[in-house]
Amino acid sequence: MKKKLLSLLTSIIVVAFVLTSCGTKQTSNNSGTTSSSDKEGDEIKIGAVIPITGDISTFGKSTKNGIELAVEQVNSAGGINGKKIKLIVQDDENKPEQGVAVLQRLINNDKVVGVIGSVSSKVSIPMAAVATQNKIPLISGASTNPKFTSEKGNEYAFRACFIDPFQGTVIAKFATENLKAKTAAVLYDVGNDYTVGLAEYFKAAFEKSGGKVTAYESYNNGETDFSAQLTNIKKNPPDVIVLTDYYQNVGLIAKQARQLGLKSVFLGGDGWDSPDLVKIGGTAVEGGYFCNHYSKDDTSPEVVKFINDYKAKYNEVPDALAALGYDAANMMFEAIKKAGSTDGEKIAEALKKIDLKAVTGEIKLDENRNPIKPAVMLKIENGKQVFVGKVNP
Amino acid sequence: MSEKYKYLIILVASVIVYSIIQLLIYFGILNDYYVQIIIFIGINIILAVSLNLVLGITGQFSLGHAGFMSVGGYLSAIISIKLGLPFPIALIIGGIGAAIIGLVIGFPILRLKGDYLGITTLGFGEIIRVIFVNIDYVGGARGLMAIPKKTTFTATYIATIITVLVIVNIIRSTHGRALKAVREDEIAAQSMGIDISKYKLTAFVIASFFAGIAGGLYAHFLMYINPQSFGFLKSIDIVMMVVIGGMGNLFGSIIAATGITTILELLRELQDYRMIIFPIILILTMLYKPSGLLGSRDLSISRLYNKITRIFMKGGKVKDEIANS
Amino acid sequence: MIFMQQLINGIALGSVYALIALGYTMVYGIVQLINFAHGDIYMIGAFAAYYAANMFNLSFVPTLLAAMVVCALLGMTIERLAYRPIRKAPKITALITAIGISLLLENLVRIIIGPNPKSFPGLLTSKMVTIGNLEIDSLKLVTLGVSIGLMILLTFIVHNTKVGKAMRAVSQDKDAARLMGIDIDRIISYTFGIGSALAAVGGVLVGVLYQRIDPLMGIMPGLKAFTAAVLGGIGVIPGAMAGGVLMGIAESLTKGFISTKFSDAIAFSILIIILLFRPSGLLGKKSSEKV
Repeated sequence: MKKKLLSLLTSIIVVAFVLTSCGTKQTSNNSGTTSSSDKEGDEIKIGAVIPITGDISTFGKSTKNGIELAVEQVNSAGGINGKKIKLIVQDDENKPEQGVAVLQRLINNDKVVGVIGSVSSKVSIPMAAVATQNKIPLISGASTNPKFTSEKGNEYAFRACFIDPFQGTVIAKFATENLKAKTAAVLYDVGNDYTVGLAEYFKAAFEKSGGKVTAYESYNNGETDFSAQLTNIKKNPPDVIVLTDYYQNVGLIAKQARQLGLKSVFLGGDGWDSPDLVKIGGTAVEGGYFCNHYSKDDTSPEVVKFINDYKAKYNEVPDALAALGYDAANMMFEAIKKAGSTDGEKIAEALKKIDLKAVTGEIKLDENRNPIKPAVMLKIENGKQVFVGKVNP
Repeated sequence: MSEKYKYLIILVASVIVYSIIQLLIYFGILNDYYVQIIIFIGINIILAVSLNLVLGITGQFSLGHAGFMSVGGYLSAIISIKLGLPFPIALIIGGIGAAIIGLVIGFPILRLKGDYLGITTLGFGEIIRVIFVNIDYVGGARGLMAIPKKTTFTATYIATIITVLVIVNIIRSTHGRALKAVREDEIAAQSMGIDISKYKLTAFVIASFFAGIAGGLYAHFLMYINPQSFGFLKSIDIVMMVVIGGMGNLFGSIIAATGITTILELLRELQDYRMIIFPIILILTMLYKPSGLLGSRDLSISRLYNKITRIFMKGGKVKDEIANS
Repeated sequence: MIFMQQLINGIALGSVYALIALGYTMVYGIVQLINFAHGDIYMIGAFAAYYAANMFNLSFVPTLLAAMVVCALLGMTIERLAYRPIRKAPKITALITAIGISLLLENLVRIIIGPNPKSFPGLLTSKMVTIGNLEIDSLKLVTLGVSIGLMILLTFIVHNTKVGKAMRAVSQDKDAARLMGIDIDRIISYTFGIGSALAAVGGVLVGVLYQRIDPLMGIMPGLKAFTAAVLGGIGVIPGAMAGGVLMGIAESLTKGFISTKFSDAIAFSILIIILLFRPSGLLGKKSSEKV
């Protein structure tokens, strides 16, 4: 009995793996036909890895809009070196293993020459290693974790945004110098790498410049009631409250804080940038300041053109994610143009020397392939974002 | 046929399958993308088969499998990074760590029943996740980076084969029969002299061990882990594979882990609509095959065997069907 | 003083959990199904109210009723199409189906409405009520009042009406109930209708309270409410209330006095400890084992 069953196991394993390879072979046939026909055509394939579904699909959508706008523009201008861009978008569900899976698929099956993505650092970081092994440049629009580019073995990772330590320092500097703040409270999402990082860098910079952090509170992903944390903060009302999260939660927290009678000034990072911040936060976010990649009031031709084009295509105001997606795509196009080739190594070399007038400022990269560009501080006044000042690195 | 002979057949067959896949890789028919899917399939098979031991065979509702996976993942990754020990040792230590946590957790809670046990295991899974989020040594919410890339097709293949073999052997042994007795009727099992808490705990600890191994493979494949990857939704994914395959049916779990992973990849063509089509497939499967694709009992293995023997031995006598029913 | 304030925060938060937990428990009590999609029906309720209020300029009560009707119909449809055919199958089959429904609802809403959060119309005005040194949002008092009211109403329905009697009969023994001339299908359908309408109330109140709704808003509250229902003794209506409020208080006090970082872990630890001493939840009946 036992013996027979054991021998059966063999057949099971065989069947399982035969099925496995059948399943995968089918995919190879499907996409194999498309890739072979287009390979030598007059197209340049660019991949995009974006969280279309999952918990941050709202950022995925903005990023996708930004990238698609850039692709549309470059194609209507005749493409790059006479070739049209073909964008292949894949969903990573904001999960690291999905990000890596679709990146492999884009590289091996679709034969893309470069990839844009992803949004959150936890997905981008493991992708960077895969991109580097395959010598395919990977540009993330919005992953602000320094490790995405600085880690060894991530040499083909680039980004269009500044990094968290810089942003944290900018906010701290603004708080101490412009707002003359002596005390600050920090409230962040403990499960989110972005908000944790920004909170830590702010705290370090603020304390270094002599400030005192009176409360360092956190919450969990998906929470909507912050009264317990805010009650703690209220014990010693600080000059400023730093909210490092995205706009959806910032609006909620600000509202609840005002309700509890907290009068402190709110400060935050680029996660605030969305027309929906005011819709959710209402008057509570009035007078709040945040650090961003660019100002919509900026009169530079790049910004004006981007905002007009974006509004024309999508009928909404672009947020920071859309701008960064747009810039990341344009970095890729510019590098391919400069390299005059679709060879990954050459594109990467061109990216290192890039000098692009982008929406979020002039992009030049440092030795860790991070842009050296100023940040702007914006203030919410009468429901609008008002430019306050530029902070250089 | 002797026992040794049977094992030899398994060995040879495994080697043949392995060689075929390796050859396909060598000739570039299976590129990195497909190899990666095969590795994910292997990891999912380990998770589903090990959970099936608890969920299907022993009948204990567990919703915290991803928690044990994370313990194994983090522990083996730390060992690789800090101590630089060989990969198999790191994996095994990760598995043992997960098993110890399984023992500590399982000891008090396994006397709970049904949905109460389910929510408790889910709770423990979440507690483990929150603990990792708060340990700065392993990167907290920002995750653990720079894990050496050690998980290859070969490693995953071997780990998967060993997992399946060990669990099949457990089920086939007297222990396995005791576990099934616990599932069918705890009181009857107890009155037959089966120490039900001991058997439940053993199954739980073994399952945790293999979940830990899967976590180690996962960590050394992605080179990066993050506590959020092991939330309760991941646990539910694993439960889904077990139920789709058929509770208590190991072969079913293997097919379901393979099928679900593959289908999710095939559906990528659908872009935005992928996550609409997938749940519909899931619901329809359950409506038309309520006890899973291959039924809830392990008998299908014997049935398959009988079918094979019928084909090869031209109507050889089918004794097992009676013996097993 | 701070302690009292945190306690009140906790009760207010807990009443939201309780509200969702009531629907969970209701369905579970009758058909022993963990309706994983309950959190998503709650989300649909919030979106239904959003559109009802914005498109027809309805005030609070009609909006609430509209959302309840939408969700009741949705709940009954789901039951008819997805749960009824597998009623005789193992419980876990229904759980997986429910997970499928949950994924489907989330993604349908994401595709149709878009992933961006929506700002819920302010149907009720919030005021801070001061009692001594304590402050509480009037909307939270409304939420607490509504959940207590619904708990009483539900208990009344289940214990004092004909439908309720039939529900209890179905929950005890479906076959015997059928023999007694009870239309089981109809009773279970009603149960889903009522449970889903309760979820809608939760969705609308949370929308009014926090004014932000999005397609994934049901996941975490759904999980917490499920936990609360189990904590109170799943299937027991006052248990859902007790479990919800206890979860809220535990969470709030943990954040206030121990650590905000570990609040979820501690909330679950409390659940586990209570279950170890009372394996069927706070108010749950000890299930008799048949030998």
